[in-house]
Amino acid sequence: MLVSNWSQQNKLLKKSTRQGFGDALLALAKNNKNIVVVSADLAESTRVQKFGQKYPERFVEVGVAEQNAMGIAAGLALSGKIPFVASFGVFSPGRNWDQLRVSVCYSKANVKIVSTHTGLAVGEDGASHQALEDIALTRVLPNLTVIAPADYNETVAVTKAIAKHPGPVYLRLARQNSPVFTKINSIFKIGRAEILLRGNDITLIACGPVIYEALLAAHELAKKKIRVEIINCPTIKPLDKKTILRSVKKTKKLITLEDHQKAGGLGSALAEMLSQNYPVKSIIMGVNDTFGESGKPDQLWDKYGLSKKHIVDNIKKLLKK
Amino acid sequence: MKTKNVQKLKQIANQIRQDIIEMLYRAGSGHPAGALGMADIFAVLYFSVLSHTPERPDNPNRDRVVLSNGHICPVLYATLARAGYFPLVKLKTLRKINSDLQGHPHNLDLPGVETSSGPLGQGISQAVGMALAGKMDKAWHHIYCLTSDGEHNEGQLWEAVMTANKYKLNNLTVIVDYNRIQIDGFTKDIMPLASLRNKYLAFGWEVKEVGGNNIRELLRVLPLRKNKPLVIIAHTTPGQGVSFMEDKWQWHGQAPDKDQTAEALAELKTKI
Ligand SMILES: Cc1ncc(C[n+]2csc(CCOP(=O)(O)OP(=O)(O)O)c2C)c(N)n1
Ligand SMILES: [Mg+2]
Repeated sequence: MLVSNWSQQNKLLKKSTRQGFGDALLALAKNNKNIVVVSADLAESTRVQKFGQKYPERFVEVGVAEQNAMGIAAGLALSGKIPFVASFGVFSPGRNWDQLRVSVCYSKANVKIVSTHTGLAVGEDGASHQALEDIALTRVLPNLTVIAPADYNETVAVTKAIAKHPGPVYLRLARQNSPVFTKINSIFKIGRAEILLRGNDITLIACGPVIYEALLAAHELAKKKIRVEIINCPTIKPLDKKTILRSVKKTKKLITLEDHQKAGGLGSALAEMLSQNYPVKSIIMGVNDTFGESGKPDQLWDKYGLSKKHIVDNIKKLLKK
Repeated sequence: MKTKNVQKLKQIANQIRQDIIEMLYRAGSGHPAGALGMADIFAVLYFSVLSHTPERPDNPNRDRVVLSNGHICPVLYATLARAGYFPLVKLKTLRKINSDLQGHPHNLDLPGVETSSGPLGQGISQAVGMALAGKMDKAWHHIYCLTSDGEHNEGQLWEAVMTANKYKLNNLTVIVDYNRIQIDGFTKDIMPLASLRNKYLAFGWEVKEVGGNNIRELLRVLPLRKNKPLVIIAHTTPGQGVSFMEDKWQWHGQAPDKDQTAEALAELKTKI
């Protein structure tokens, strides 16, 4: 659920989703003694450092060794622990995809893979560090659930939910501070998409913090009497078919948006599902088969076609079709 | 059934070897050399050393065996069946459609199979995770990880070896099938390991070397407990027990045909 002043960008609190994860994990760890963390020399960046300081006996630091981190997490999970492996998307699942596939997913090991740095919005570190492929890499794996929350509050709820969920989960987070526009203690259920704004003209489905750009676009278009239905779809796998189909059957037009390659991401997942159930005219918004570069998140979203103005343009374009 | 009787264990290992030959023949594909070479180690582990309950495979206090070089799984399957984990008839289904005996091990398919493997280099990490969990739980059980010389080409393996030293995992024993072959040739030609002993020593491990087909030696070394992670470098003969397969890397990954199967079984039967 949106906070009431969601459209006032400057009045909103700005916090990162990785921070939401770190805070929630620390809170969960108190009562759930099975929660353990596997870190690969990125504890501070991935916000698991406080966990490590408070629960050193449940904190495994393997050094710069992501393949090993994934395997150790599998072994811990197969012994009854709930390991959270925290790293950057380009290293995990980028570096250790085979370990994720066989040690974790094939064995249904209860591992939570958390990537705190994903998308162009990683920013100044540049293309080598901007994971634009991780949704594609993870959603093809059987037994794996894939979730990309939109803001701090949602991430807190998601972290609690996946700790309870038996089975491997990939949690896609973001480094940058971004507007907190959902209500605290909103209900989150794995596999459920949420309609943030209702509208009859066009459906826009997005995941991750970039969805705020879509909300701004919808806000602007509302002044011109264009009603955009905005659906937040944090669970990329499994998709909430019911909510999505109900919306596109109403609007017959779809825009998808994500800070990820167009190929293989949320847009692809939706296209696969809709092409077999209810094909509609669509535009997939994402990074168009290119690497990113250094810059500030908003500059990058602007340059690579993900910001508000591009969304407004695409909505207008699709409405004319 | 636990025994320290050398003759008895030799018989069990021989039976496992016959199972392996029959399974591979029926399957029409698979990996005989490594499997045959490791039969003595499997026999001693499962029939003398391990603390385990085949009738209750998920017993939390059981010792764990992680098979990292998954391609030699026929020796694991035959041993598990002989130890009573599942009926012997299942062995006939290796690599066949709808079988629980997958071409490479899958933990969810068979009781007694702790992990999934196939892609090399992942097992020691998993075993380290289990050993860490054992430490967190102040448990008494032991983790064995079986790996091969060829697997030591993989970088991940050394990451795990480093970690075991950091956490002083004395509840972990790694057994290396040092049979000097891998897929395309002898390890000395594909990727020489130089001194494996010195490598492990440099990584802070306790090292033992053993004749991997010598049951008497295995009985002495496999149960050892040290105050740090222990690696047992087992010098084995690939294809052990079947003369025409012994020391031939060409037998890494092909099944015997009908005549070869008959010859292999005949030879094994003379050795009981
Ligand atoms: C990561 C990975 N790369 C390649 C392979 C293909 N492969 C299967 S067995 C093998 C050779 C391994 O050597 P070793 O385990 O010593 O073989 P053995 O002694 O059993 O003949 C290779 C390269 C694999 N299973 N996993
Ligand atoms: Mg070998």
